[in-house]
Amino acid sequence: MASGLRILVPVKRVIDYAVKPRINKAQTGVETAGVKHSLNPFDELSIEEAVRLRERKGPLKVENILALSAGGPKTPDVLRTAMAMGADRAFHIDVGDSADGGPEPLTVAKMLKAVVEKENINLVLLGKQAIDGDQGQTGQMLAGLLGWPQATQASKVDVKDEAGTVEITHEVDGGVETLRAKLPLVITTDLRLNEPRYASLPNIMKAKKKPLEKKTLADLGVEDTRRLKTLKVTEPPARTGGGKVEDVDGLVSKLKELGAL
Amino acid sequence: MSSARNLSNALRRARVPRPRLILRSALPHSPVATGLRSFSVSSTVRADRQIKYTSDAYPNVKRDPTFGELTADDVAFFKQLLGSQSAVVDGVTADATDDIEPFNSDWMRKYRGHARLVLKPQSTEELSKVMEFCNQKKLAVVPQGGNTGLVGGSVPVFDEIVINTSRMNKIHSFDEASGVLVVDAGVILEVADQYLAERDHLFPLDLGAKGSCHIGGNVATNAGGLRLLRYGSLHGNVLGLEAVLPDGTVVDSLSTLRKNNTGYDLKQLFIGSEGTIGLITKVAIICPPRPKAVNVAYFGVESFEQVQRAYREAKGQLSEILSAFELMDGRSQRLVHESTGNKLPLESEYPFYCLVETSGSNAEHDMEKLESFLEHVMGEGIVADGVLAQDETQFQSIWRWREGITEALSHLGGTYKYDVSIPLPELYQLVDDCKQRLTEKGLVGDDDSFPVRAVVGYGHMGDSNLHLNVAVRQYNKEVEKAIEPWVYEWIQKRKGSISAEHGLGIAKREFIGYSQNDTMVKLMKQLKALYDPNGIMNPYKYI
Repeated sequence: MASGLRILVPVKRVIDYAVKPRINKAQTGVETAGVKHSLNPFDELSIEEAVRLRERKGPLKVENILALSAGGPKTPDVLRTAMAMGADRAFHIDVGDSADGGPEPLTVAKMLKAVVEKENINLVLLGKQAIDGDQGQTGQMLAGLLGWPQATQASKVDVKDEAGTVEITHEVDGGVETLRAKLPLVITTDLRLNEPRYASLPNIMKAKKKPLEKKTLADLGVEDTRRLKTLKVTEPPARTGGGKVEDVDGLVSKLKELGAL
Repeated sequence: MSSARNLSNALRRARVPRPRLILRSALPHSPVATGLRSFSVSSTVRADRQIKYTSDAYPNVKRDPTFGELTADDVAFFKQLLGSQSAVVDGVTADATDDIEPFNSDWMRKYRGHARLVLKPQSTEELSKVMEFCNQKKLAVVPQGGNTGLVGGSVPVFDEIVINTSRMNKIHSFDEASGVLVVDAGVILEVADQYLAERDHLFPLDLGAKGSCHIGGNVATNAGGLRLLRYGSLHGNVLGLEAVLPDGTVVDSLSTLRKNNTGYDLKQLFIGSEGTIGLITKVAIICPPRPKAVNVAYFGVESFEQVQRAYREAKGQLSEILSAFELMDGRSQRLVHESTGNKLPLESEYPFYCLVETSGSNAEHDMEKLESFLEHVMGEGIVADGVLAQDETQFQSIWRWREGITEALSHLGGTYKYDVSIPLPELYQLVDDCKQRLTEKGLVGDDDSFPVRAVVGYGHMGDSNLHLNVAVRQYNKEVEKAIEPWVYEWIQKRKGSISAEHGLGIAKREFIGYSQNDTMVKLMKQLKALYDPNGIMNPYKYI
């Protein structure tokens, strides 16, 4: 049925995971100004997997890899990274910069559904969650809206035949589970799926020439409705520092003092 | 933000092993870091083998008979003076072999002394009294910081008393306006840098051992490190210091002024003196604002000529934001690959690799410059391939390809290390010539019958500073004779320096003549005699 894979990889620009986020003074969200941002690590895995599906030369050829991101004016940075890693083209859905992490998962899922239908996509590879909002809902909502099968937290993706049968391994408590489904399909990716490549200089330069289209939610017929209101964001309670003891006797008396002995 | 971020952090670390970082984070706050480091980095292969005593390796070095012998009374004096039990590791009146061993040997397992007493004073006053006593009794001492040196300078040779600075570890002050930081000598470099990071500043020195080394030791050895290209040497950045002379006199030159033309600049004498004329106790150092945008790229290059071209282009096009230009040869990168198991950043292998780092205040502006530089060097065919770190993780892992070389080598057995300055055009020729020489002598090979495993070169291209490393299966006199003094003569012919940043210690002491003439050496000896008439400070080393 499927003649080739037309893959959509939604990605998000988030605060770099190696940077410690700080909460803003108003306690409405985290400080984003002047903080290093990069591609959401789970999305890096989905792009890498899409590119590997192409390089593996399996029974189904990869026709096209479309990277998509919704965000403010700096979003094209991560889309260029995605294209340097191997995506063919990119959509930037301009939703402006917002301190609250952008549109809600349902809005994003509706937006993706519109793109899937317009671009005749038959495989959506999403990170299982974005590390800023940690909601982990978009993939599942998208599968629901499309009425497609879904495989979450994939640690292995294997296209079996030309008819579009895909086997997905995902990790469950105490082991792995292997699922089989037919295209079209939604897959969310987990950490063990692959090891993302570096963006090489020749590819970074090529990526600059790849098409990047700017769109709005209205173009896709979606409204940015909010059902949730963030009341307050706070730091976890600070850890109290440990103390030092001079010797074993000191340790024993300290433990007694704390009621541990 | 919490759980997934932490989880992904943890999992990624598990997937991409970063032993040095783990080592670093596990150690820096522990006062015993000094001692532990040697065990953390040594491989199991060698763990069971005893380190040879320096006094056996250098049979012509004899204990100075004028030095006093430690007595139980001396130890009692120190115990009474320093109080706390942990301040004195006493191997004179009790058996403390295991406790003293880490202070007696270096992390490369190359040097080992016979010290029986370790003192850890907590203040300048305590140290001053210790020195006064030692001078009267002519007891020789070895100042020791993090003991991360590479030339055996911080390890005793005979029974010198080890004076360890690990308990002098207070950060005294930091002035946000001028950027001047005042710290005790025993503050660990990484601790100081973290303190500064919280205040948006940066310590102007960075090196592989930062998780263990002490600032006092850095200054005493005039450490160079990775960012010298950008921030300059400690001779410029150290504004003042406090030191204790061998007779106990406290030299208070702890100025925090940038300009101070009042008499001889005596503090400069202590910078790079390797603890031979006094022991540094406090340091005032000027720290630059922390760059807001840091980028790193990693190139594969076809020849050393092209590496030089790339460096010229980097200086020209990146100028004020260029903060590091490091050279690694193909062999060194293969060794890191073999020891860490990490995937090489580039698809194909090249004879040379460079790491270029930029630091600036404006991410967009820097990126624009960097990209046009990258396009230029790729377009002109100066570099064959390369990658640009896209996030902090990639930034760290690219740096590991440079910083991990020393550790990768330490897993292979021993390493003869030569840290030299050579005029840039001939910088790498030394590695080729050395490899050829050892190969001709039949010493290099892939199996255990050959003593030498590999000859590699890497270093700070921006400072014309090369690290020539000869990785050996075990330390071997035949190999040593094949390299020395040949390597020093090679360098002398090109007017290079036989020790660019590692110092002299005991390893390079007898070779000083290759880089300094007789008059210079005579003047240095006069200075030493003036400040340390009894010769008790770090004897048998330096000059």
